[in-house]
Amino acid sequence: MLAKRIIPCLDVRNGRVVKGTNFEGLRDMADPVEMARFYNESGADELVFYDITASAEGRGLFTDILRRVASKVFIPLTVGGGIRTLDDFDRVLKCGADKVSVNSGAIADPSIIHAAAKKYGDQCVVLSMDVKRVDGQFRLFAKGGREDTGIDAMEWAVRGVGGGAGEIVLNSIDTDGVKNGFDLEMLDTLAALVNVPIVASGGAGNMEHFAELFACPGMDAGLAASIFHTKQVDIHDLKQFLRSKGVEIRM
Amino acid sequence: MTAIVDYGVGNLFSLSSSLRALGVETEVTRDAGRLRAADRIILPGVGAFGDAMAKLISTGLIPVLLEAAEEKPLLGICLGMQLLFEKGFEYGEHAGLGLVPGEVSALRNDLKDASLKVPHMGWNRLEVVKDDPLFRHFQDGEYVYYVHSFYAKNCTENTLGVSEYGNVRVTGVVRHGNVWGTQFHPEKSGDTGLRLLRAFAAL
Repeated sequence: MLAKRIIPCLDVRNGRVVKGTNFEGLRDMADPVEMARFYNESGADELVFYDITASAEGRGLFTDILRRVASKVFIPLTVGGGIRTLDDFDRVLKCGADKVSVNSGAIADPSIIHAAAKKYGDQCVVLSMDVKRVDGQFRLFAKGGREDTGIDAMEWAVRGVGGGAGEIVLNSIDTDGVKNGFDLEMLDTLAALVNVPIVASGGAGNMEHFAELFACPGMDAGLAASIFHTKQVDIHDLKQFLRSKGVEIRM
Repeated sequence: MTAIVDYGVGNLFSLSSSLRALGVETEVTRDAGRLRAADRIILPGVGAFGDAMAKLISTGLIPVLLEAAEEKPLLGICLGMQLLFEKGFEYGEHAGLGLVPGEVSALRNDLKDASLKVPHMGWNRLEVVKDDPLFRHFQDGEYVYYVHSFYAKNCTENTLGVSEYGNVRVTGVVRHGNVWGTQFHPEKSGDTGLRLLRAFAAL
């Protein structure tokens, strides 16, 4: 059977890894290439790189970093941030990305999902969603969680998978940075609606939270940033802990 | 020199980088002369069977690959492994290279549990069913990284390793003479994958 995946997420701006709490107050953390090597050695199953640069120079710097990471670290790499066109897909895939995640770009132009899936295969297209409860509804947010689109997030996910998205990263804005555990209610709702891998994001604060996550059917991966970056949770220890709980884990 | 066949299918960056990281002299090429000069050849591939086969045909390299398979190690990876078989059933029936007996068909049709997700994507344990020099640095049961929706079947005799997915024993590694194939991506399987590539580079 497939092992549950543990995925550190690296937000990169101007060539450095940063991580905010509730998407605000970014703090500089470390060098992305060194960090990728460190995570590979500690047993990360995959790495996610988000390009949160706004400028064109920053973008060039990001692809350069990606190329350096991909020539040293041989595990799956997912890249997101600023992906709006097939040319963006092409640009990061050529630098060694395996999967490309779309978020605001798909909200602006939903046809990108189908176009990319047709060209690169479903497995390559990850739909990343920032979701928050508004008026009793799971609402899709754009622009790094700053803008309420008014779209029902669950309908959006179903539509995305129908269009060819091969995986969903569900980031709960409600639990992000709070470190009180993943948003199991939101994740469960999604798992009942789609049959593609679900990567849970937002809220992991300790090892137990991952065990709770994987006890829910339909959860394939847990993603986190700051708890790994600050070494509050060591990936190797986490994996041993999960294995001791009977979770299928690659050591 | 190890030659990676460049026929316009998929991304060769990680594969060539992983071999270079191992210190293996590597060339990405579609030149028949370079393939003939190579000590061993890797046939990569991502995408759909028919489309990839059409691209391979259009390069005119198939006779070179068939000839090479007689005399030196050839490794197909992922779709590159699937093309080694006699035929594939992805979007219609297509002829493969016929270097390994068997065929490639949809995983979904053979999975009894409809809740299992396809593509079979992620890390799965590889069980060795027949020992081989390719496993020289590999320990039985290590995890390797798969991404695929179709799989090789009716090839038990030539199967070296399998991974379980629901009720299906997914063909993970095959060998027929000088021809090896891995359904998973060694270039994405971390240290385990590098050790498999190191063994291949020593064949």
